[in-house]
Amino acid sequence: MLLDTSPPVSADTPIGITLTINGQRRELQVAPWTTLLDLLRERLDLTGTKKGCDHGQCGACTVLVNGTRVNACLTLAVMKDGAEITTVEGLASLGERKGSNALHPIQEAFIEHDAFQCGYCTPGQLCSAVGMMGEGHAHSRDEIREAMSGNICRCGAYTNIVDAIEDVMQHGAAR
Amino acid sequence: MNRFDYVRAGTVAEAVGAFGDGARFIAGGTNLIDLMKYEVEKPGRLIDITRLPLQGIEEHEGGLRLGALATNAKVAYDARVAERYPLLRNAILAGASAQLRNAATTGGNLLQRTRCYYFYDAGTPCNKREPGSGCPAIGGVNRIHAIFGASDQCIATHPSDMCIALAALEATVRVSGPDGERAIPFAEFHRLPGNAPEKDTTLKPGEIVVSVDLPERGFARNYTYLKLRDRLSYAFALVSVAAGLELDGDTITTARLALGGVAHKPWRNQEAEALLVGQPATRETFAKAADLIVAEAKPQSENGFKVELARRAIVRGLEQAAAGTPQSLSDKRIQ
Ligand SMILES: Cc1cc2nc3c(=O)[nH]c(=O)nc-3n(C[C@H](O)[C@H](O)[C@H](O)COP(=O)(O)OP(=O)(O)OC[C@H]3O[C@@H](n4cnc5c(N)ncnc54)[C@H](O)[C@@H]3O)c2cc1C
Ligand code: SF4
Ligand code: FES
Ligand code: FES
Repeated sequence: MLLDTSPPVSADTPIGITLTINGQRRELQVAPWTTLLDLLRERLDLTGTKKGCDHGQCGACTVLVNGTRVNACLTLAVMKDGAEITTVEGLASLGERKGSNALHPIQEAFIEHDAFQCGYCTPGQLCSAVGMMGEGHAHSRDEIREAMSGNICRCGAYTNIVDAIEDVMQHGAAR
Repeated sequence: MNRFDYVRAGTVAEAVGAFGDGARFIAGGTNLIDLMKYEVEKPGRLIDITRLPLQGIEEHEGGLRLGALATNAKVAYDARVAERYPLLRNAILAGASAQLRNAATTGGNLLQRTRCYYFYDAGTPCNKREPGSGCPAIGGVNRIHAIFGASDQCIATHPSDMCIALAALEATVRVSGPDGERAIPFAEFHRLPGNAPEKDTTLKPGEIVVSVDLPERGFARNYTYLKLRDRLSYAFALVSVAAGLELDGDTITTARLALGGVAHKPWRNQEAEALLVGQPATRETFAKAADLIVAEAKPQSENGFKVELARRAIVRGLEQAAAGTPQSLSDKRIQ
């Protein structure tokens, strides 16, 4: 997509910000009360990131801001001026086979391990898992479970989610 | 969310200068934005303080100075904190989720507001939200509410885990405001509700937290943070215990104990701490301290269970601290 050309959400108080979203630099006019989640979904059509609770309680909205996983529902877009945002749509470009249409290893592992059912929590789980691996504090299965506890899965795919993450942590590049 | 103007501060002076009636500082936003979505907070102006140069963690008078904008994750995973203040690290990591801790800050964690259901529901009365409107939690749904230090105006609890460790460590909160800088001992930072439940802390309007200073003594050998809650992760404490001991052989020479989830502020009982000193580190000693503490408890209609839960958690927490076997963060079995 090219630069955002839609008119500002609010005529009286739009603020100009620059975000690099999935590798693309965008100049945007946003009202200060716009959350990063609403900006992504409602204005930029990046609807991969989900809204579950809108209150920080489920993790469905997890995205990476400068490589760090956060809840987009509790983030104001204006406050992230200058940041690099990665959403589920951009995960593939972080994988080793960058440039091809290949999925990120964690996406492949989720498919392989049947780590979802309805799929609603999945974009958040994926971004969270990538963020978690980058943090590097979780090693054992118990530690992965704890580190992923900010992502609720109502279908209860937890066991397979942990399997998928463990697999990538053990065989990441080799997959 | 209401409409507001947005100011990005570059210096502490700018942030303080931008403050006025109805303004709020915003850091990680994980509590303030949540409250704004419920229209519990309706600031006319948000002052973004995330770009202030207060993100560092520095050596300070034998201890550490935690910048107010250092995130909870940054503090918890700092190697010096892990080595010298593992009690603080464990308390932080027992709270919220990894995503939230990546955004939440030291200052914001101190100033997060209660999770009382009525406070969050702008359709009900609440003395904390609207002074004088009443407290429906008294005699209402109060399973999560206070058993210590409440008033007939408010029975809310402070929800932080980090603050319980900071209370036990006797940290100091450094603030800057229109009248300059001052340092507030941790025990005096949060307050009991009394007749002014709208005030959570002794911070004055326009004052900004600039750092939390940790004294040298860190209880790195004998400590625990034991958190009991409805589910094993990503839930607020029903009761939590931060314990730090210094031992000479089997004899307790210094004891610190702070409880979370039970009062409007981290709950300490100096008498119980004094009782421990000079005593052998045994279950009997710990039970005496626990009995002394819970003797003061005044449970509400639905939270009587917290009294016995607190008593047992204190004994178990002190046992874990004395044995040097702190509660594991990932293996949830209580040892
Ligand atoms: C689903 C969920 C679960 C959670 N679970 C836990 C838990 O188990 N344990 C726990 O301890 N916490 C928990 N939290 C709370 C979380 O720890 C707090 O929201 C967070 O610490 C607040 O920090 P912040 O920087 O995001 O604050 P903000 O939301 O930015 O600010 C909170 C308040 O502090 C003020 N403020 C911020 N910084 C300063 C400063 N430097 N000086 C003066 N005022 C300031 C703001 O004006 C505002 O009033 C949870 C939160 C959520 C949403
Ligand atoms: S306990 Fe406090 S916060 Fe809750 S309803 Fe009563 S006054 Fe409000
Ligand atoms: S939508 Fe953000 S945590 Fe649920
Ligand atoms: S797959 Fe349905 S909520 Fe997780």
